[in-house]
Amino acid sequence: MRGPGFLEQLDEALPGAVVGRNLEAIDPWVEIAPERIADVCGWLNSRSPVRFDSLQCMTVVDWCEPDPKKAAKVSWQPHLELVYHLWSTASRVSLVLKAKVPRWKGDVPGQLPEVPSLCGVWRGADWHEREVYDLSGVWFTGHPNLRRILCPEDWEGYPLRKDYEQPLEYHGIRGR
Amino acid sequence: MSHVADDPRIIEFDVRTDEMLVNMGPQHPSTHGVLRLVLRTDGEVVSEVEPHIGYLHRCAEKIGENLTARQWIPYTDRMDYLAAMNMNLGWALAVEKLMKYQVSEKARHLRVLIAELGRIASHLVGMGAYGLDLGTFSPFLYAFREREKILDLFEEACGARLTYSYITVGGLTADLPPGWLGRCEAFLDQFEPIIKEYHALLTTNAIFVKRTANIGVMSRDLAIEYGCSGPVLRGSGVDQDMRRDGEAIYTAMYDGYAFEVAVMKDGHYPRDHEYPPVPADAVLGDCWHRFFVRMLEVVQSMDLVRQSIDRYSACKGPLGEPLKLAEKIPAGDAYLETEAPKGQMGFYLVSDGSAIPWRVRARSSSFSNLAVAPELCRGCLIADVPAIVGSLDIVMGEIDR
Repeated sequence: MRGPGFLEQLDEALPGAVVGRNLEAIDPWVEIAPERIADVCGWLNSRSPVRFDSLQCMTVVDWCEPDPKKAAKVSWQPHLELVYHLWSTASRVSLVLKAKVPRWKGDVPGQLPEVPSLCGVWRGADWHEREVYDLSGVWFTGHPNLRRILCPEDWEGYPLRKDYEQPLEYHGIRGR
Repeated sequence: MSHVADDPRIIEFDVRTDEMLVNMGPQHPSTHGVLRLVLRTDGEVVSEVEPHIGYLHRCAEKIGENLTARQWIPYTDRMDYLAAMNMNLGWALAVEKLMKYQVSEKARHLRVLIAELGRIASHLVGMGAYGLDLGTFSPFLYAFREREKILDLFEEACGARLTYSYITVGGLTADLPPGWLGRCEAFLDQFEPIIKEYHALLTTNAIFVKRTANIGVMSRDLAIEYGCSGPVLRGSGVDQDMRRDGEAIYTAMYDGYAFEVAVMKDGHYPRDHEYPPVPADAVLGDCWHRFFVRMLEVVQSMDLVRQSIDRYSACKGPLGEPLKLAEKIPAGDAYLETEAPKGQMGFYLVSDGSAIPWRVRARSSSFSNLAVAPELCRGCLIADVPAIVGSLDIVMGEIDR
């Protein structure tokens, strides 16, 4: 979805929710404050002039460089970036939302960062959020059934984190 | 013995069945691979279905963070392994979108040709396996007989029969061998009249219609809310096809091709004068419609293959070489959805400027299509569960990745 006019309406309806934007990128994106993501998506789904009625894809990019030599050269601070790809069936346009959260809540390793769940906006968000929780380790508050979906329930760690280490052994099966 | 009822009617009234949990899968033949469904049943009636997935999980996305973009192509083969060509195409186009790369005209038409043949092969399996789900064996054999011929064509073109890695970043790995187009046309000529047999075997078969019409009805809004796509979405009457509505880099591939999206408009399907009428019991969004949309797409893909053969043979000059194995990708991110046979397959790629992507992501259509199954199965009979899940035409390799 291109055009700054649309963004102004969003800003007017939910002041302070939009914290950044890049409309020149290949896929123009809007950055949302993570705690406001459910409000913004609710607005986009039901009250926006262009109704984004489906969540196509949801993913997390882990910005973390485990190698200290390379980490000294990068320009960003370690964080997780949630990426939402929305689609409007009626208008046939897509919209990319991003939100930045810390890798661990309060910088305590093991404490998952929290983001409001979108299950109340689109029921289809259920499985997407379970997958993100399972593989990237983000806790979705308000999700009705947040369990691992692809990995076994007793799996440890979040495989799509950059500093993930594969277990040496799982129930007697050699890992490495 | 505290109390004995004198009137037998009271006893009959008193007989209660307990709720029972029934496990379907992971090795159940009707679950299309390794899907486990836990059904909460009361007698014959299913009150709740919970799919358990992940038995085929390989974390392909993590593997993608350790390989160059072209090296990941074989891993996309193993997602929807019944339409590996279309998976290759999706990833190749997503990378090309980020690189702003355009393939030669000849490669473009060859990609259409291959992708549409792949769609026919995938829908043939979908159709045949759906017959198996409902307890009829013969359509499966008919479907595999024809699919075999497509696989022979693919084998001639790239050497593989299932995991092709043929379409790749920057083009295709090889041009077609001499005489291939003639053999492809011969296949189409032979295949076209056979479609009528399929309609006699399944589409109009009284038992098939009884098992599928008005079963698992999915409303338009439910399909959209769950992010369903492909024949599952179009079976609910939503007019959406990424080949027409998608992003420029993908729709440009189909520029100049004539085709009509297989969806019901004003109570009619495209070209429905040629095919059996919609049964009286069927309602939009039921299993029968999802199945019928696939059958129509087979015919439409045949048209597209014929068109692409003409265009491809009109292109002079070389096909062009694909990009280097370790080609650097500019920093940035790109997301692209393509219309794979099972639905919209999305690939997301984040690059930090090196040859190895920082993050890759595969958004699977079957994943979203299966997520809606618990809604569709609520309150149905146990025997209808395979009919509903089968009509979604899922592939576990793509769901679990």
